[in-house]
Amino acid sequence: MRNDSSTTGTLIQAEHLEFSYSLLPAVVDVSLSLPRGAMGALIGANGSGKSTLIRLLAGLLAPVSGEIVFDGASLSALHPRERAKRIAYVPQATSNVFPFTALEVVLTGRSPYSGRFRFESSHDEQIALSALDALDAAHLASRHITELSGGERQLVTVARALAQEPEMLLLDEPASALDLKHRTQLTKALRRLRDERGITILMITHDLMLLDSAADLIFAMKCGRLIANGAPEVVLTEVVLGEVYDAPVRTMRSDGRTFVWSEF
Amino acid sequence: MSSNLSQSARQSDAAELKAVVDTSRPTKRARVGIRLRVALPLLIIGLIIAFLVGLYVGYQPLSIAALKTDPIARAVFFRLRLPRVVMAGLVGASLAMVGAALQALFRNPLADPFTLGVSGGASLGASVAIAFGLGLNLVGVPFIFIAAFVGASVSVLLVYRLARSGGGTMLPGALLLAGVVLNLSASAGVLVIQYLASYGRALQILRWLIGSLDVVGFDLIWKMLVFLIPGWFVLIAHARDLHLLATGESDSAASLGVDVRRTERMVFLASSLIVAVTVSVGGAIGFVGLIVPHAARLVFGQDVRVLLPASFLLGAAFLILADTLARVAISPGELPVGAITALMGGPVFLLLLKRQQRYSAM
Repeated sequence: MRNDSSTTGTLIQAEHLEFSYSLLPAVVDVSLSLPRGAMGALIGANGSGKSTLIRLLAGLLAPVSGEIVFDGASLSALHPRERAKRIAYVPQATSNVFPFTALEVVLTGRSPYSGRFRFESSHDEQIALSALDALDAAHLASRHITELSGGERQLVTVARALAQEPEMLLLDEPASALDLKHRTQLTKALRRLRDERGITILMITHDLMLLDSAADLIFAMKCGRLIANGAPEVVLTEVVLGEVYDAPVRTMRSDGRTFVWSEF
Repeated sequence: MSSNLSQSARQSDAAELKAVVDTSRPTKRARVGIRLRVALPLLIIGLIIAFLVGLYVGYQPLSIAALKTDPIARAVFFRLRLPRVVMAGLVGASLAMVGAALQALFRNPLADPFTLGVSGGASLGASVAIAFGLGLNLVGVPFIFIAAFVGASVSVLLVYRLARSGGGTMLPGALLLAGVVLNLSASAGVLVIQYLASYGRALQILRWLIGSLDVVGFDLIWKMLVFLIPGWFVLIAHARDLHLLATGESDSAASLGVDVRRTERMVFLASSLIVAVTVSVGGAIGFVGLIVPHAARLVFGQDVRVLLPASFLLGAAFLILADTLARVAISPGELPVGAITALMGGPVFLLLLKRQQRYSAM
């Protein structure tokens, strides 16, 4: 079934997804599709179901009903190890107890490619190092993960996802722990990955300022539903954002960018 | 597909890579496969030395001449000392590897069959079995193994349930508290059983609780191996999954293709089995699963795939030496080996607790 979609077109498509934690609905009737090579952003208030949706798309949760089609085939039919070669996921925040080196953590991204009793090769190590390098984080390689700042740790986690050499990268608030410099650095790196390697990206973000320069598509969630999606200039409006965040939001366009702030 | 990474990008990365590799510290770069190849021979040599020391040292030092001529010396050596050293090795290896596996699974450096209450649960089960009579068998399996296994698996599941918050993350503090509570409840249960059991049986329970690796002949050792070997194999087979769990968390591991639920179930099952068998024969020997993996970490690094076999070999050597010390320290009397491991384990636990508080809020 991987026919026309192999070069362009839709990479992942969700149809009528439903998910609930025990009886609490978290994702309600969400349908969306993301073209190959696009950078999508998922916005919404806390608790609106963004993380649940992204975990569904990563194959970490199975929807109660609805279906996810990845590259023309059902995501649930994909073997977890096969899936790990094609979809990488960066969780919101990682806590680390054991002082692994950053390189050891990034190397785990290579595990889908080697057997149960095999260790990483020098080729894997090169891929891991260049993944760190792509995020300007090569200097962290031999540092202990437990000694890194939250932002540095986040870069290492993203590098691990890159080491998987995925077609699609799903990130849950990758920039939340980063200062302005690292945030810009990460956003630039993600754009470069999209442009140079054609990786499809979907990330959750609360940083509306970076959106229209970074994202091709924005998906807005509220109470588990997808209430708006489209190009940045369509979604980043006072009406839509006011609805998404249930707060008075003002926007202003200048220099071809949208500026967003909230009114007290 | 993997080829998605465009060739040109890979080449430009490779060019930059050289600079990265040259400037980095080479010592931390020793690749895991190489590390294991260095670690295993060293540990095997260490184990052989410990084994020989254990065989030589004793109430009567080993004399080759006496072994050749004296049938009593021969019997003492082959029926008592040799099996005892083997037993110490088996128990030490088992507890240490289970400790390393549980630490990775729970992402908690303080986890160990003893601190999590698994040994406690197994002790309670074993006490029940002793109260009913030690000689009982169920289709060839000693009843004490079965009862201890039930106790151990119930504790593992309870600890797991209690330590897991709604969101699915593991709370390190809750985990240890659950272990403490389980241990206390299990000891209370043992006391009740001792009180209810006949005088002779109560004494047997007491003697067993103190813990000793005393064994006559190899019959019991063969029986143990039937259960231990599958348990060891399951743990080693999940070394990679445990490594992925230890480096991140369950979502990260799952996104790398690990079946987290299955890994948890298999490791719980194998750990319960191993702990049940070792506790049944040797009593609750604490802290081996805590000290040994951390000693192995200091030398061989954090990689769980190295840590499991390294802890196995180091644990065997460690308990052989600890038991040798127990045999000769107050000769002709004998110290319980559990007292020696606990004396060493207590300070290690406190040290690790202090370090963990620095790393993460409990």
